[in-house]
Amino acid sequence: MASGKEIRTQITSVKNTQKITGAMEMVAASKMRKAQDRMRAARPYAEKIRNVIAHMAHAHPEYQHPFMIEREVAKVGYIIISTDRGLCGGLNSNLFRAVFAHMKPFNESGVDIELCTIGQKARMFFRRIKGGLKAEASHLGDAPRLEELIGTVKVMLDAYENGEIDRLFLVSNIFVNTMTQRANVEQLIPLVADEAENISHYWDYLYEPDSKEVVDALLMRYIESLVYQGVVENIACEQAARMVAMKAASDNAGGMIDDLQLAYNKARQAAITQELSEIVSGAAAV
Amino acid sequence: MASTIHIDIVSAEEEIYSGEATMVFAPAKMGEVGIAPQHTPLMTRLKPGSIRIQVDGGEEQSIYVSGGMLEIQPHVITVLADTATRAKDIDEAAAISAKERAEQTLQDKASEIDIAKAQAELAEALAQLSALENLRKSLK
Repeated sequence: MASGKEIRTQITSVKNTQKITGAMEMVAASKMRKAQDRMRAARPYAEKIRNVIAHMAHAHPEYQHPFMIEREVAKVGYIIISTDRGLCGGLNSNLFRAVFAHMKPFNESGVDIELCTIGQKARMFFRRIKGGLKAEASHLGDAPRLEELIGTVKVMLDAYENGEIDRLFLVSNIFVNTMTQRANVEQLIPLVADEAENISHYWDYLYEPDSKEVVDALLMRYIESLVYQGVVENIACEQAARMVAMKAASDNAGGMIDDLQLAYNKARQAAITQELSEIVSGAAAV
Repeated sequence: MASTIHIDIVSAEEEIYSGEATMVFAPAKMGEVGIAPQHTPLMTRLKPGSIRIQVDGGEEQSIYVSGGMLEIQPHVITVLADTATRAKDIDEAAAISAKERAEQTLQDKASEIDIAKAQAELAEALAQLSALENLRKSLK
């Protein structure tokens, strides 16, 4: 059994760790709230664009933007959104597992895969595995700006327009609630037609300067906003996952301290007993 | 009550403005447009500039946008504002730097291998040294 002093140092070190995890939990909780606000703030933009695109698609069934046409799949692209930092439970590994599950059928049928990563963790993970890393963005911080994503998204959109990839997927975590985050893979382009939207009447717009330019700009912004939303949502997920992980760590540290305290008390008691019996037997010998 | 038109200004990052207006002026790509209620549906791009919103009391509000899209329906105006200055060459530069970062990442792999190699060599050298030392001690 370890001596009393050893156990005491161990208890102090576990207590220090607990202080850190406790602080990280609180920081994550407040950051999560902010990230959720940001998530909510980003929503109207994408919704508005989606409405406009739905109107346009109905008003101009004859005009088909490349982003709307299904092609034979010879190569696919993924935009993978991960966190920059660790200590957030299984968030990233669950996401990467979902990506692999999604890639599997493509791998088996010999379809090439191009990647674009956002966030440090995905970059470090996927550069070890696949060579087809086309673009990268990381260290976006807690309040990412759309500006920092434009380039990364454009690389993939250009690749699509040049026929280098025939399908583009967005991989990110979806914030269900504080306890649950779900890894999700969705198809970005070609745009999946949204049949659920019910618009009672359609009208045609006047376009300035012409419809093509307007539609191009609109679709590009739409996709950027989807990616941006994914990034913001992923931050909310990261903070929630970190909060939960840190809470578990603090609880575990508490349990460990209790155990150590018990061991310490036992060791102390044993030492006292031993001392007493030594004194008694010493006295008896005299 | 058709004398006002609803206007929403949103950017990808936040909702900027929402309210009723009697008249709106916006810097469209082909020149500034003034939009009164019951305007015909129109969609255009915006240049950097300010959107002026006249509210009921005759007050005027001005909101700067660095470009974006303007969508007009008879009762609703939607401004999809850009958060950053957008131009073809700026976008291009951003794309190129994103690509470069990716290439850098892939090149780092090589340097990491170099580190591993160096570490292995270092370990080997250390082992040799300690073996030599042991030999010396035993000879003494």
